[in-house]
Amino acid sequence: EDTQEKEGILPERAEEAKLRAKYPSLGQKPGGSDFLMKTLQQGQKYFDSGDYSMAKAKMKNKQLPSTGPDKNLVTGDHIPTPQGLPQRKSSLITSKLVG
Amino acid sequence: MAGAGGGNDIQWCFSQVKGAVDDDVAEADIISTVEFNHSGELLATGDKGGRVVIFQQEQENKIQSHSRGEYNVYSTFQSHEPEFDYLKSLEIEEKINKIRWLPQKNAAQFLLSTNDKTIKLWKISERDKRPEGYNLKEEDGRYRDPTTVTTLRVPVFRPMDLMVEASPRRIFANAHTYHINSISINSDYETYLSADDLRINLWHLEITDRSFNIVDIKPANMEELTEVITAAEFHPNSCNTFVYSSSKGTIRLCDMRASALCDRHSKLFEEPEDPSNRSFFSEIISSISDVKFSHSGRYMMTRDYLSVKIWDLNMENRPVETYQVHEYLRSKLCSLYENDCIFDKFECCWNGSDSVVMTGSYNNFFRMFDRNTKRDITLEASRENNKPRTVLKPRKVCASGKRKKDEISVDSLDFNKKILHTAWHPKENIIAVATTNNLYIFQDKGN
Repeated sequence: EDTQEKEGILPERAEEAKLRAKYPSLGQKPGGSDFLMKTLQQGQKYFDSGDYSMAKAKMKNKQLPSTGPDKNLVTGDHIPTPQGLPQRKSSLITSKLVG
Repeated sequence: MAGAGGGNDIQWCFSQVKGAVDDDVAEADIISTVEFNHSGELLATGDKGGRVVIFQQEQENKIQSHSRGEYNVYSTFQSHEPEFDYLKSLEIEEKINKIRWLPQKNAAQFLLSTNDKTIKLWKISERDKRPEGYNLKEEDGRYRDPTTVTTLRVPVFRPMDLMVEASPRRIFANAHTYHINSISINSDYETYLSADDLRINLWHLEITDRSFNIVDIKPANMEELTEVITAAEFHPNSCNTFVYSSSKGTIRLCDMRASALCDRHSKLFEEPEDPSNRSFFSEIISSISDVKFSHSGRYMMTRDYLSVKIWDLNMENRPVETYQVHEYLRSKLCSLYENDCIFDKFECCWNGSDSVVMTGSYNNFFRMFDRNTKRDITLEASRENNKPRTVLKPRKVCASGKRKKDEISVDSLDFNKKILHTAWHPKENIIAVATTNNLYIFQDKGN
């Protein structure tokens, strides 16, 4: 290519040339359409809800230590009422922005 | 330019930083939205883990107060949880995309928070009294044996430690096939809009089982799809007017009085492009990532990848002002495309008087543009500058050639440190800047 022409090329065009050199199969469509498809992409697909639950369980195991059974818990002694139940501890991690 | 900050000689100082110090960022801690309420007393953040944290500005009652009150944690709650779309076998992320505050009507505060699919109205209320002296219940809630009750008393309210409770009052679900990118409360304070990639819906705050579709750009044949909706906002004063921006760099203003379905715009804002300047990247970098009306309602601001543009609503054919955020990135587009940074969605915001606009950039830099003086400044959100009342030093990026002392070269910029979300206090010179997982608060020294 003419050297003079190269100097006049927009920085964008020079970058485009670089990209096309790296990825010859880029195609003639402007960058927009790949971008659109990427935007509408709905996220990671799972095989079914079981697959999803397993994936989530694996992630949770990495983050929280597993708790053993509460040795003080008595079961089968009486019929529980809402008032008698212990307060459910939140298993969610608080944001680090707090405190 | 002189060391003083852009914008009426504002001198920005570090005030506070929230969040973990360590570099190992858990995904859930990535901040995804920041928003002051209408008075500026409350500052809300949303994160990728679906959590909302609200900070409250402490009231100044100190004799020797050297700055506006600090922001401390007021309330935090889990707004959204991850869900599974059984029909499509897809995960629905709990990430909070946007938070919008309702204007305060009574003692409680209300905000809307949304993830990709569901919008929730949260009520945040204070409780500083509780009833004591029940006849049939003990103080811990257990019921007393009725035979032991020999006298009657009237329960009374006694003061207790302040408790701030957040409860979901409305859940607006199942109205969006695509990912919600915007919510905007109407100036009538009764309705709001939610926008996804292809549709915009109008809701009434009281009604969760019905929503009106007001814009639908989905083509009959998806192969013909050429653009998507990227942001939408109601006009601050005209309850019939809203705008939405597109991935092609256009903004459409719609008037709901014209028709029930606003597929046909009332105004189309688009800057003509010189076709000889087109490149592979042109459309991508023209995509508008944020649109914000000025407080006055006369102007709107759009953010595309490299610039911020101010539009006069009376002039559709070009913006009245254009500010370059990081023009030096134009010669880096190839690598920015490869590492996906070219798709980063930066937001922008106005100051209370509409005289200064702010937006984020990379390397934890953020930029401010003074519309009157035409001066601009680049500042950095970093823990290294965290001495209160020390004026932040302006930063400069060296695009090419010889790098001066204190300048940073383009190749040294950290593209993982992006400031996508910033917010400006509605009345004062206090700004909230979110890095990946930290929230910085800066104030004007002259407070």
